[in-house]
Amino acid sequence: MTEQIKVPTMAEYAAQGKQPEVLFFVGCAGSFDDRAKKITKAFVKLLNKANIDFAVLGTEEGCNGDPAKRAGNEFLFQMQAMTNIEVLNGYGIKRIVTTCPHCFNTLKNEYPELGGNYEVMHHTQFLKSLLKEGRLKVEGGKFKGKKITFHDPCYLGRANNEYEAPRELLEKLEMELVEMKRNKKRGMCCGAGGAQMFKEPEAGDQDVNVLRTEQALETSSEIIATGCPFCMVMMTDGVKAKNAEDNVQVMDVAEMIASAEDL
Amino acid sequence: MQYIPNILFIIALVAGIGYFTLNIRKVIRNIKLGQKVDASDHTSERWANVFRIALGQSKMTVRPISGFLHIIVYVGFIIINIEVLEIIIDGIFGTHRIFSSLGSFYGFLIGSFEILALLVLVSVIVFWIRRNIIKIRRFWKSEMKGWPKSDGNIILYFEMVLMILFLVMNATDVSFQEMNNGNVVSKYVASMFSGTPEGTLHIIERAAWWLHILGILAFLNYLYFSKHLHIMLAFPNVYFGKVVPKGKFKNLESVTNEVKMMMDPNIDPFAAPAEGATEAPSKFGASDVMDLSRIQLLNAYTCTECGRCTDECPANNTGKKLSPRKIMMDTRDRLEEVGKNIDKNGEFKDDGKQLLDDYITREELWACTTCNACVEACPVSIDPLSIIMEMRQYLVMEQSAAPAELNVAMTNIENNGAPWPYNQMDRLNWKDEK
Ligand code: SF4
Ligand code: SF4
Repeated sequence: MTEQIKVPTMAEYAAQGKQPEVLFFVGCAGSFDDRAKKITKAFVKLLNKANIDFAVLGTEEGCNGDPAKRAGNEFLFQMQAMTNIEVLNGYGIKRIVTTCPHCFNTLKNEYPELGGNYEVMHHTQFLKSLLKEGRLKVEGGKFKGKKITFHDPCYLGRANNEYEAPRELLEKLEMELVEMKRNKKRGMCCGAGGAQMFKEPEAGDQDVNVLRTEQALETSSEIIATGCPFCMVMMTDGVKAKNAEDNVQVMDVAEMIASAEDL
Repeated sequence: MQYIPNILFIIALVAGIGYFTLNIRKVIRNIKLGQKVDASDHTSERWANVFRIALGQSKMTVRPISGFLHIIVYVGFIIINIEVLEIIIDGIFGTHRIFSSLGSFYGFLIGSFEILALLVLVSVIVFWIRRNIIKIRRFWKSEMKGWPKSDGNIILYFEMVLMILFLVMNATDVSFQEMNNGNVVSKYVASMFSGTPEGTLHIIERAAWWLHILGILAFLNYLYFSKHLHIMLAFPNVYFGKVVPKGKFKNLESVTNEVKMMMDPNIDPFAAPAEGATEAPSKFGASDVMDLSRIQLLNAYTCTECGRCTDECPANNTGKKLSPRKIMMDTRDRLEEVGKNIDKNGEFKDDGKQLLDDYITREELWACTTCNACVEACPVSIDPLSIIMEMRQYLVMEQSAAPAELNVAMTNIENNGAPWPYNQMDRLNWKDEK
């Protein structure tokens, strides 16, 4: 873990008159949330390992606008979107990868009409393509044979029909994937979407993340894997609420690959 | 005198179809109260959806038991209706089983109808047991009290009675039984009537025949008042269903224009709007049914109240008030209320009510995680989430009535580009943190 990670910014690339192969849109959670920052770093380590020519926007990046839009504030969303688009287009960005399904969904689906046309990938899709091209190698390592369950993030799965990329990566780690009863198309939300992350839940008899965690615990897996920083927060809190921290870990798929490679 | 039955039949037929047409025109008028939408895109995909989801019932079979039973009832319903054609011709012209001259093919047809009728009868009984004895959870949610609950059962009774009448009509038709062509099920029913004098049999047969066709006409007219309207509207509704990725929410064009103006230093914000520029809408988001789109209103009339959406809704699963099915039922109820208002006053007179608050509460709207589980679950491509989103837009953009914590998050986004109070200049600090 001692090795310094390399995180070039777009401004640096532009100063040298170069274009990176892909822009890594880090997102708010990936930049500021303590748990999510670990996912960001794990993904960067993988990018470094595979010698990917990438850059981040750094201080020029702003919230993609998803929470504002889904809270009903279309003005704020479009302000955010157009500000980001101005920056992205200014740098002539063509390809974007994100570790957050919300950034992924918004950039991919909602930016084009506002003038932002990019090829946008979720990090699990990007990692899958690196494996396919042989630029990154993954082996089971320390996860081999362990039981794992995958929680589908709504904005990767149902919203964009990507169920297989994360699962294919887990397969490469030679783990035993045990699906929850509600998975893929019928996967249940962790409770964070639609700006719920930023408010108290309405009155009910349970929190959504706790119910979802119970479903994950039913699989008696050692690891709950996911591909979203918000699901990460929700599921981690859920595991705490169930006092199950000693039996089960919540991890992002990128973290698992990085950790299997001892990065 | 001999033409009296024919005349009575024609009167019943015209009245039945006439009243039905009247109500359907009301449905169309009410749907047109909504905002126009352009759905001329993705034509081939839309047709593919109609074949797969509506005709092919692909979403129904996600739940195999109810899906399978529903397919039987649905196929039975469509095929047995071929028989209605014969009944209508017989009724108008006073003929008896006009198609029987088709010979063995007729036997094949009637045979299939009889088998289907029996299967439908059994399926409908199983449906009734699931609803009332097993009490499947989704049929016993709070929005399913009163009329919606009775409605579900009335339809099942209707279907049971119609199927029984069809079989009895065949069983007591002496000449048909003697023909012994296609009476595969009714011959067993006929044995129950053995020993009954022919005259009585004839009376029973006529009674069953009349009740059957009058029942069908009554059923047709019942549709308008029922969730059963889906047997017709499911097809157009699926056609107009969402064809872009579920995560793609609509961008409000009116907002785009304003934001562009705000961000472009070259545009004079006080300049008169350009000739032909689209005028800003009077209102952002939706607080009543007229603000919704025609597709959303069609959705409301199409909803079968099956509750598959609510059953998958994480908010509802955890005891919150939100139920996507209730969103659709409320929209239809309010639309009907507006329609009646128009019937009475000639045009809509403000009744001091609206969809927001009088039907759908804010608490319900704010409980949604926008997870799309309801949209995915709906067997007829209804999108309750889009209504929730538009009502949230109204609350936030017209009333500044977001929950306080959300206002904090939005202010943060506005000021520092993140929903939390961190400085945008610190956005890359993670790089050097241990
Ligand atoms: S999108 Fe909203 S209403 Fe639909 S299932 Fe998810 S939380 Fe429930
Ligand atoms: S919206 Fe769809 S899934 Fe929900 S009750 Fe109506 S028909 Fe069923």
